[in-house]
Amino acid sequence: MAKMMYRDAVVSTIAEEMERDANVVVLGEDVVGGMGTAGGPEAIGGIWSTSTGLYGKFGKDRVIDTPISESAIIGAASGLALAGKRPIAELMFADFIGVSLDQIWNQMGKFRYMFGGKTRCPAVIRMAYGAGYNAAAQHSQSVHQMLTGMPGLKVVMPSTPADVKGLLRAAIRDDDPVIFLEHKALYGVTGEVPDDPDFVIPFGHARLSRAGEDVTIVSSGLLLGFCEQVADKLAAEGIGCDVIDLRSTSPLDEEAILDSVEVTGRLVVVDEAPPRCSLATDICALVANKAFASLKAPPQAVTPPHTPVPFARELESAYLPSADKIEAAVRKLLAWR
Amino acid sequence: MQLSREALLRAYRQMKVIREFEERLHTEIQTGEIAGFTHLYCGQEAVAVGVCEHLDTADKIVSTHRGHGHCLAKGCDLDGMMKEIWGSREGLCKGKGGSMHIADVDQGMLGANGIVGGGAPIAVGAALAAKLDGQGKVSIAFSGDGACNQGTTFEAMNMAVVTQAPAIFVFENNHYSEHTGVDYAVGTQQDIASRAEAFGMKVWRADGTDFFAVHDTMREVLDHVRAGQGPAAVEFDTERFFGHFEGDPQRYRGPGEVDRLRATRDCLTKFRESVTAAKLLDGGDLDAIDAEVMQAIEAAVQAARAAPRPTADDVLADVYIAY
Repeated sequence: MAKMMYRDAVVSTIAEEMERDANVVVLGEDVVGGMGTAGGPEAIGGIWSTSTGLYGKFGKDRVIDTPISESAIIGAASGLALAGKRPIAELMFADFIGVSLDQIWNQMGKFRYMFGGKTRCPAVIRMAYGAGYNAAAQHSQSVHQMLTGMPGLKVVMPSTPADVKGLLRAAIRDDDPVIFLEHKALYGVTGEVPDDPDFVIPFGHARLSRAGEDVTIVSSGLLLGFCEQVADKLAAEGIGCDVIDLRSTSPLDEEAILDSVEVTGRLVVVDEAPPRCSLATDICALVANKAFASLKAPPQAVTPPHTPVPFARELESAYLPSADKIEAAVRKLLAWR
Repeated sequence: MQLSREALLRAYRQMKVIREFEERLHTEIQTGEIAGFTHLYCGQEAVAVGVCEHLDTADKIVSTHRGHGHCLAKGCDLDGMMKEIWGSREGLCKGKGGSMHIADVDQGMLGANGIVGGGAPIAVGAALAAKLDGQGKVSIAFSGDGACNQGTTFEAMNMAVVTQAPAIFVFENNHYSEHTGVDYAVGTQQDIASRAEAFGMKVWRADGTDFFAVHDTMREVLDHVRAGQGPAAVEFDTERFFGHFEGDPQRYRGPGEVDRLRATRDCLTKFRESVTAAKLLDGGDLDAIDAEVMQAIEAAVQAARAAPRPTADDVLADVYIAY
């Protein structure tokens, strides 16, 4: 085991897989940085430092610095994949998916099925998502709910450096398109990471990060840490929470959620995306459908409101789910009837 | 065409306001008081002012993430902008938008934009509205050299030509697409205007650090477009004195690059030298404006600091339904 930051787990996994497989290539805006400047290449290495050193090691043909052209970046990733390569495309901010949506939704995500299963499209699209930096409505969004609703895409949201390692390796080796969502506020988080060069976490297997018998809390990404804080606080009062880290939202580990709710009878889903037609409502519906008899109280969702992400500090704090809001939802369930 | 004394003083003041607005933000951001991402326009003032001095509130502009200069030049309220950047509920966007999303539709300023290339299609729509209204008004899309590589910008240019919309595509080539050089990212060897020309538009090119070059060029451009001769594009060669965003370490710059640009390519210095050499204004006129602008900026900062903060209830304001 080695200790490393979430962002270093990203770049080291990419480097290891590029070393292992000559078909793995990286492309995106400023993934090299400084191209065509006096300062020269690698002046940046990605604005999140998630491609630092790759250009020096693998060269310009495998680490492709692109113009600001998100549609072409994603479309080129599809083309690379259809032609036998394993591209890892980066969208600097998840919000920029708006510019490239056709290439993800109508193209990349549909090839395998639409072409009668005759082709696979082994592309990874990495993107930094999430609020917390007062970056306002076009640089703060959580886009997984939209992508999770699109057939043909796998959607992954790691919450720890170890999960980055195992899930990103799985994504690169996967033969289908994988959306890999990295929360901006997690890049600096440090954790133990397995050294095994073949350490892979298969998609659709949730992780139980806290165990308890009273309430099930389901989350992913940054908010998982808030859920853990609440679970630890309540544990001191003798209230036990299962905290389930989904890891991937598509495929979804239904069994882990249902098994837990069958014991606890209470569900809180905590998610950073807006509330309508969301992952939170999807999981609440899943439990209502398949674990109805176990429920002791109505499933609760803790999400932002149905608005764009606001700018000002006070507004963004009020907008985002917090430990207090999660705790209130848990207590509401415990007090039911 | 020789500008009146009043017009010269006004143009200088507008550029100076933008300059000091940005310099002050650069200082204030170091203290951590201002939240979010800020992209400064410092160095490009002659473009915003040289363009917008020709416009009235019925003409529209659409801006970029580097939008403070366009906003100020188009008439957005200085205090309202400062309050917005400070996140006050008295800001131009009530603290909802911040630096990247300042807008004031009443002034014909249809919004800064956090998405590179997001603005040009919107400007075409506003130009089509101007065509329908038939009052000879125009709509201007400000874009950087980065945005000229987006499909949205290409589509907007073609659609403007096809529909003969009174749209003007102003490309501010500051030589950096975020952290990448224009030589690398723009395949036409730094020449953005030739792309616009290929779409069938009349194009102009000028030195964007020379207010008079910008202003004179825009007069020709606007005469063309207001006369109903179709859309146009103009490329201004300009400079960015700060990084892509505040906090950018700018390792892509050459040694002494910014010092050299500030010494040789500063539009305010050039303006001062030009008008005093021609005896159109004297140094005292400009010094008086400098002092007055510094006071206005200081007052705006103090007002922004003291302005009321938004509350949790404000999150749900201006939505059509709350969930």
